[in-house]
Amino acid sequence: MTSICNEKELTDEQKYKQLKEFINKNKDKEGYLIQVLHEAQSIFGYLPVEVQKFIAKEMNLSVSRITGVVTFYSYFKTNPTGRHTIAICLGTACYVRGAKKVLEELEEKLRIGIGQTTKDGRFSINDQRCLGACGLAPVIMIDGDVYGRMTAEKLNKILEQYK
Amino acid sequence: MYNYRTHVLLCYGGACISSGAESVKDALKKEIKEVGLQNEIEVITTGCMGICELGPVMIIYPEGVFYQKVNSGDAKEIVREHLLKGRVVKRLFYKKAETKEMVEMIKNIDFFKLQRKIALRNCGVINPLNIEEYIAADGYMAIGKVLTEMTPQQVIEEVKKSGLRGRGGAGFPTGLKWQFTAASKGDRKYVLCNADEGDPGAFMDRSILEGDPHSIIEAMMICGYAIGSRQGYIYIRAEYPLAIERLSIAIKQARENKLLGKNILDTGFNFDIEIRMGAGAFVCGEETALMRSIEGKRGQPRPRPPYPAQKGVFECPTVLNNVETYANIPYIILKGGDDFASVGTEKSKGTKVFALAGDISNNGLIEVPIGMSLRTIIYDIGGGVPNNKKLRAVQIGGPSGGCIPTQYLDVPIDYESLKDLGAIMGSGGLIAMNEDTCMVDIARYFMEFIQEESCGKCTPCREGTKIMLEILNRICEGKGKMEDLDTLEELSTVIKDTALCALGQTAPNPILSTLRYFKDEYIEHIKDKKCRAGVCKSLMKYEINPEKCVGCGACARKCPVNAITGEKKHAHIIDQEKCIKCGLCYSTCKFAAITKG
Repeated sequence: MTSICNEKELTDEQKYKQLKEFINKNKDKEGYLIQVLHEAQSIFGYLPVEVQKFIAKEMNLSVSRITGVVTFYSYFKTNPTGRHTIAICLGTACYVRGAKKVLEELEEKLRIGIGQTTKDGRFSINDQRCLGACGLAPVIMIDGDVYGRMTAEKLNKILEQYK
Repeated sequence: MYNYRTHVLLCYGGACISSGAESVKDALKKEIKEVGLQNEIEVITTGCMGICELGPVMIIYPEGVFYQKVNSGDAKEIVREHLLKGRVVKRLFYKKAETKEMVEMIKNIDFFKLQRKIALRNCGVINPLNIEEYIAADGYMAIGKVLTEMTPQQVIEEVKKSGLRGRGGAGFPTGLKWQFTAASKGDRKYVLCNADEGDPGAFMDRSILEGDPHSIIEAMMICGYAIGSRQGYIYIRAEYPLAIERLSIAIKQARENKLLGKNILDTGFNFDIEIRMGAGAFVCGEETALMRSIEGKRGQPRPRPPYPAQKGVFECPTVLNNVETYANIPYIILKGGDDFASVGTEKSKGTKVFALAGDISNNGLIEVPIGMSLRTIIYDIGGGVPNNKKLRAVQIGGPSGGCIPTQYLDVPIDYESLKDLGAIMGSGGLIAMNEDTCMVDIARYFMEFIQEESCGKCTPCREGTKIMLEILNRICEGKGKMEDLDTLEELSTVIKDTALCALGQTAPNPILSTLRYFKDEYIEHIKDKKCRAGVCKSLMKYEINPEKCVGCGACARKCPVNAITGEKKHAHIIDQEKCIKCGLCYSTCKFAAITKG
């Protein structure tokens, strides 16, 4: 479906072109806005106002309609995120098995909180409701890779792999 | 095509992949090739086998030998000893939790033995990425039967006869839902699948989509035929990338095999399915909100009626069922509604999938006849609570559910009995909590969750849950008053009666059930300023036992706020004013000289 990250950096022009092609390809599909936003976020990394305006124009919708949807869903970001996104699961199973401790360790280590990005742009932290990997609780997911049975000690080693 | 003598079924469910199943597969294939058995032995990657705690797991057929916690380093021994010489690798056997007795065959392991698989019939058995394996397991036979031998009304009657009730929440009879939508007039009707599995602790829908995606496609086709629809949508969480990928592949394969599209099986029946991704909003599991979201709008619920059967997505008559509900449909069509109805209790027929998580030995996914007791599920199948801890409560039904205390472990669970106990069946997330769990903190946790996920449209849910959360925060910080408990109960009743959608109406359940069964803990927090589980930080105190302290200074060096002082080789003390209760000293001390409480 959508690619999680782009291997090589595209120019803005190429990014807009890519997005336009996606919109045109699916323009007959009813109610496709959220899928377009997913694609846009995977291309640009986040959804700044300029991108929202572009989508509004291409899809013939008002900008307020787009912004309304973007701000409703927690998956859509309006600020740039780090090169790597650490999603920490705070679902019940993870919570019962010590996710709070892992989060505290993470926040302490990276000196950022949930929803923030490190100064060097390396990591962002997101909280997740449940990643559905409760069998491995507590769980974190970095860029789509799931790490289970997390402990504060294991964290260091794992973060090292993401530059 | 080779006639393989042995099949190695390797679990490729999400949890086993995270535990390293991919490298096990590569190592196995490499070894098999090295010993020249590649034409005799086939490695098949399957969906979730259910016992996620022990992953990566595999079964070797025809013997039925089960191996657990396999890593790539074990591949050589498995291939050279078991597959080549027929000598099983004992050290990888399943070990019984209490006796440590080793069990060789899958058929003798209690975890599997006590289950009855209908919805999960193909999960862990076939390769989900191969449509031929699904077809070989009687896949797409039910749609064939429906299209060639049955009228739409007969299909609905069969589903009604089965007694199947919605597996996603309230348990509405599926057949009736189909009947109402079929009776609605309209050129366009829609079949929706709710795969927005939002309840924390539930992962059965993800496992079915990852392990047997074709069964959902087939069931939606059957529903489409029954109600007169040509288009289906699967609304799935963006948090499930693997399920989205496998489902997309399955839909593509079905189209290539002309099982989706126009004139299916030459019967003139047209049907197609599209995937719609969610974007992280819990409320979108609610049916009217989900439909808004499919339409590309903010996922806010609306009042009912009109019900989706009359006015659903794009204002057209719509059926919405969840993944597990659909997974039962092909079985019901092929085996008959009576067969399905022979399993379960009087009012709740069939089986239910439960996700076992939390403080339980065999974390994973199980399917059992409805009416089994929690005791059987937690102890016989789940293997009990690990680390010699005691069970405190079982949380069932997610944020809309409740906490069931241990005195009710023997109640046969079905939709009705769970409701009487103050919980709900919900999607079937079942979280075991041991004695280290603070029940007030759990209620606070769920209220925080609901507060964050409330869409804000109606006042009772938006404001009411906020006030309840504030009260619970206060109690957890030791600042609660006894009147707070009455206020909580009163607010709960009002929100239950007045909230717009099911999210708000059921939001007070975690509070009501903990107040009902664990009121003494609330009172302890308020009156004695004590959290017996040691979870609520503000009520906790770390102290050094001067008799045990040897004065090594390890804790003082670790303390991030320099709250610990003392001379070398003399007992240290903690300055309670400075202490931030991080617990580092507690975990650092090698002499168990630090107490918490």
